[in-house]
Amino acid sequence: MFQNFMINAFETAAIVAVVAGVVGFFTVLRGAAFPAHAIPNGAFAGAAGASLIGVSTLVGLGVFALVGAAIITRLGRRERTDVAAALTLALLLGLGDLFLSRSNEYASEVFSLLFGEILGVASYEILPTAVMGLVCIAVIAMLYRPLLLSSIAPDVAEARGISTRWMDFAFLVVLALTTTMAVPVVGAFLIFSLLIGPPAAALAITDRPSRAMALSSLIALITVWMAIVASYSTDLPVGFFVGFFSGVSYAFGRWWAMWRKRSRRAQRSTQSA
Amino acid sequence: MDLWPHALSGFFSNQPVRTALAVSTITALVSALVGVFAVIRGQSFAGHAFSGIGAAGGSGAVLVGLQPLIGFVSMNVAAAVVMEMIGLRRARGRNLATGIVLGVSLGLSALFLSLDMTHTSRSGTTISILFGSLFTVDPSLIPAVAVIALVVAGLIAALYRPLLLTSVSSELAFVRGVPVRLVGIGYLVALALAVSLAAVTIGAILSTALLVGPAATVLHLTKRTGAALAAAAALGVASCWIGIAISYASASWSTDARGWPVSFCIVAVVFVFYLSVSYLTRLRHGFVSPHQQLVK
Amino acid sequence: MSSAERTPAVGSEVPDVLVVEDISVALGGRTILDRVGFRAAPGSFTGLIGSNGTGKTTLLKTILGIIRPTAGRVLIGGKAGSRRDPIVGYVPQKIELEPDAPLRARDLIGLGLDGHRFGVSRPSANRRRLIDAMIHGVNAADFADRRVGLLSGGEQQRVMIAHALISRPRLLLLDEPLANLDITSSHEVVQLLRHIATDQNIAIVLTAHDMNPLLQAMNRVVYLAGGRAASGTTAEVVRTETLSELYGHHVEVIHAGGRVLVAAGEIVDENDPPTLPSRGQSEGV
Repeated sequence: MFQNFMINAFETAAIVAVVAGVVGFFTVLRGAAFPAHAIPNGAFAGAAGASLIGVSTLVGLGVFALVGAAIITRLGRRERTDVAAALTLALLLGLGDLFLSRSNEYASEVFSLLFGEILGVASYEILPTAVMGLVCIAVIAMLYRPLLLSSIAPDVAEARGISTRWMDFAFLVVLALTTTMAVPVVGAFLIFSLLIGPPAAALAITDRPSRAMALSSLIALITVWMAIVASYSTDLPVGFFVGFFSGVSYAFGRWWAMWRKRSRRAQRSTQSA
Repeated sequence: MDLWPHALSGFFSNQPVRTALAVSTITALVSALVGVFAVIRGQSFAGHAFSGIGAAGGSGAVLVGLQPLIGFVSMNVAAAVVMEMIGLRRARGRNLATGIVLGVSLGLSALFLSLDMTHTSRSGTTISILFGSLFTVDPSLIPAVAVIALVVAGLIAALYRPLLLTSVSSELAFVRGVPVRLVGIGYLVALALAVSLAAVTIGAILSTALLVGPAATVLHLTKRTGAALAAAAALGVASCWIGIAISYASASWSTDARGWPVSFCIVAVVFVFYLSVSYLTRLRHGFVSPHQQLVK
Repeated sequence: MSSAERTPAVGSEVPDVLVVEDISVALGGRTILDRVGFRAAPGSFTGLIGSNGTGKTTLLKTILGIIRPTAGRVLIGGKAGSRRDPIVGYVPQKIELEPDAPLRARDLIGLGLDGHRFGVSRPSANRRRLIDAMIHGVNAADFADRRVGLLSGGEQQRVMIAHALISRPRLLLLDEPLANLDITSSHEVVQLLRHIATDQNIAIVLTAHDMNPLLQAMNRVVYLAGGRAASGTTAEVVRTETLSELYGHHVEVIHAGGRVLVAAGEIVDENDPPTLPSRGQSEGV
């Protein structure tokens, strides 16, 4: 079980999980589930375009992820975020459809970009993933306070001179970076699951931002590692297990929050009685 | 240069084109009707997500030898109920609930596709669910498509007034005695059905484009609900027809007879309409977006 | 403290539309309202006054039947009422109307008539006449055909009032209708409500944290503090003696330039500071 490719998978998964946990914390806090889905999926179209003109897939992903972030921000000036994300996603995937129709050898490579092939990660892919992951974390660390404030209280942030629009854009750029890092290894669909499930669970369990981020990364890490082990031993796709475990972790988070609320109420009523 | 008349020769007598026109007209009408409410209610994400959620049902149905449409519809209706059950009041909470259900469904899709041995190419199935192709729609699906479309239209007509009131302000609807939750579930089921219909026949991208694009375009233009619904429907149908015509004609433009894919063409037309209308409204009144005005 | 005396001026032979009989409400183990009672006759104008957290909204929601009281009862038109009761109209506090909705102000007023019914409304001359009368009644003719989500706060407030009135309620409840309005529009809304009360013989009950804009209009005041209430005419309630007894410590009622200020003396009950104005600070009442 601990062959070389498994070690690669565990290492890459750890990097992706930690970054997804942190970025996902802000995704859930900002209610940006749709952009978190639209950017990785739209970026997938860029990979198709890159293979058409013979450029590295990573470049295609990165360019389309950034373009997606920019279009969502621009359209968001006129529309709600979800409408902007829907329009952007449709546009980018429409282009993807065009690219795929021009290229002759699409099928399996494209498929792997949607669902990812974490068990097929090569050693030389780990370093770029780690570097991009570090950049994501560094950008979040740099923007930490204004980003947090504008996520929780946009009005207050605006009053203190933090432009909501710029923060939106900055956050979507981080999302684009995360996408570029994660899509080649875990796929467009899975990075979305990781950006939503574990952070939502963490936010249900704790109220403190730093703890929530750490917890969210931890849950993401457990989710991916368990998924890899489960996939390896059952020969079913990793994607299924990541999606499933993310959902389970969220359900657990909600249950935990409910249970704690109930026990607190019981405590209070026994105190007052 | 008679680029068009020549390129469009045989357009209406071509069987795949006729099927494409029929199916796209029905789906565009239904998507626009449901889409206007999706945009007002902030449920565009749910609208898009149903195309991915339903895909899990679709691939599961293929696995056990059923029509994908049946899998799509049942999975989406079940998901609609689950989403409304998780669904917290605020739009953010709703988007989160949608995201959780979508994430799990994408995982299920991965599972079903991998188990599906009858299909030679897993990727082929994924790609066709995602992008679809109007020119390869099975004409025998048309009756089922029409029936689902009628059910959706019936649901929206039945819920019309309480739906409108809850969409403007759920609190106002609540005090007016509207069963807000029930209306919400009813609408979400209509959305789930409409998107199932669209995603199975024309693919996930087009489904999202036709749901959100025309609605977002006309909401800049009119303040009357009826007019908005009619205009969105007209715009959706027009985009489909123009897109189909361009795609059909494009095959004769290139040397190797490989045309532009129809989904791309329709999305492009939807987007061109959207951009021109928002440009023109801004020119005409120095129109300020409601959202800009709120932010100030 | 919670007195429920009648006002002779409104006439005791007319039955009260609203009777709140010494209700108590506890939420999450905490007592929010403690034996609060008052009555509202047709054509009366009642203000529920109190600062934040004194239970004004809870009281309104109890009247609407959204919250169940732990003791006491609410009678509307002589019966235990609910939010579906057609004789009650309600204008909620935070009205956030979707700016995207393609709906004119007049359409929203129309939905006050039949928005809870299924199906599509059929246009009729009668319906139109009714809506026009409402628009006229709340002075909304200037913006009746504009998109409702883009109207100003004061304009939306008037549309909401028409929306609530079109189903011909006998009791109109409003939660902080003046909270987000400037002085001019808040004066206009008060005048409008007073007209509605007297012309259509509707009992109006509204909450406010600032009683000053309402002083001329109110013929009843229910002053809430610390979960308890003092009710009566303005002259009876807004006095140093009554309010000091209600607060449980000395407060000074100051009349200055046509305005009333309630200023705190000593803090007596330190266990419950949020409901008490802090020392030396004058509450904006």
